[in-house]
Amino acid sequence: MTKSHTTTGAPLFADHPFVQELPAPLVAAMGRVAVERTYATGDILLREGEPAREFLLVVSGKVALEAVMPARPRLTIQTVGPGEVVGWSWLTPPHRWRLDARAVKPTQAFAIDSDILRTLLDEDPANGYKFLLHLLPFIAQRLENTQFQLLDVHGD
Amino acid sequence: MATDAVAFAGADASVQGQSLVPVPYVVRSLTRETADTVTLVLDPDHGGERPRFQPGQFNMLYVFGVGEAAISICGDLEQRDRLVHTVRSAGKISQALSEMPPGSTVGVRGPYGTGWPLDKAVGKDVVIVAGGLGLPPLRPAIYDLVRHRDRYGRIEIIYGARSPKDLVYYSEIQTWRARPGLRFQTTVDTAGRDWYGDVGLVTARLPDARFDPANTVAFLCGPEIMMRLTAQALETRGVPPAAIYVSLERNMKCAVGICGHCQFGPEFVCRDGPVFSYDEVRRFMTVREV
Repeated sequence: MTKSHTTTGAPLFADHPFVQELPAPLVAAMGRVAVERTYATGDILLREGEPAREFLLVVSGKVALEAVMPARPRLTIQTVGPGEVVGWSWLTPPHRWRLDARAVKPTQAFAIDSDILRTLLDEDPANGYKFLLHLLPFIAQRLENTQFQLLDVHGD
Repeated sequence: MATDAVAFAGADASVQGQSLVPVPYVVRSLTRETADTVTLVLDPDHGGERPRFQPGQFNMLYVFGVGEAAISICGDLEQRDRLVHTVRSAGKISQALSEMPPGSTVGVRGPYGTGWPLDKAVGKDVVIVAGGLGLPPLRPAIYDLVRHRDRYGRIEIIYGARSPKDLVYYSEIQTWRARPGLRFQTTVDTAGRDWYGDVGLVTARLPDARFDPANTVAFLCGPEIMMRLTAQALETRGVPPAAIYVSLERNMKCAVGICGHCQFGPEFVCRDGPVFSYDEVRRFMTVREV
């Protein structure tokens, strides 16, 4: 993984679209531990099989989610842009990434340590539930995307 | 001689003034767009100009000895000396069309059907969404939008294909992208590492599109499920269903609304379409057997 730049503190974290409707105390707690990351084109943000230690909120740029199959070229199955999030494998065991994520443009993101975030959500189940409700559309979108790829939505 | 709208008199056979007799055209050139798709440029065999058409209309192309297929017109309205059709090889007739060498003769009758209502887009933002081979029927409209750019508000075009190698008109898309006041987004279902563009559904690109929903006209063309999902997304954003237009595809035979092959609910796609307002056809687009 290449991280060309890492700084603590995230003055614009509260402006990220993902957190706009989350409870303010949760946003504040997330903001305190969020770090800003900058990735150059081609940098790998996360790699399949490795421990899922971060939740990423994309601020700018573009990230490709890639499936890696032995003896076959990598396949990008979705791109994620500003305002979207990358990765939820940290939520459920075995807490390992199921895809690769690669920056296809210079990309900025906020990263939150997943151990800390899980603890925040566990300790406040009401806000944890709201967080999951907020994350669910992104998961559903990936599922829908896969469904429509099977239906060949962009076909003939 | 018939006395009603249908007249069969040898070479003059017509229905409501629309000729059923193919006119010979000569293949001037054939350009390969993708592995299975070509663009044919046809010259009138008799010289002179081809008939006028509206963006979104189609012709019946006749490969002599093989058969006839409905193919959208995808050339420039202003280029009166030629007909342009983009064809994907998907059956006997389209395969034969895809393999026609320059100089061979094709029968053409048309143009038929309804077109994209560009007049209703004047003074408004225009959103165009194409999927797969849905871009060719929209290309004449794009030419017109580009030529008369000052007539319209924002122009947002989103084009989705299965993969980067399935994108047609790729170099022309780069030209359109370079024009001020027009945004052209492309997305694909899946891609390799050499693709730096977007991957995902066309609907995932809509949030990036800038337009005033209440003052927008949208033209959608592609697989029906894509048009349905896009129309729903546009409606959710506030675009009135009557301002959304879709181009339907059915098995068209006569092209003049008499044979019934392309019946879609109460409509004949060849005669009443292929371009319909979403408002008119939405109730049939979710019926499993129409």
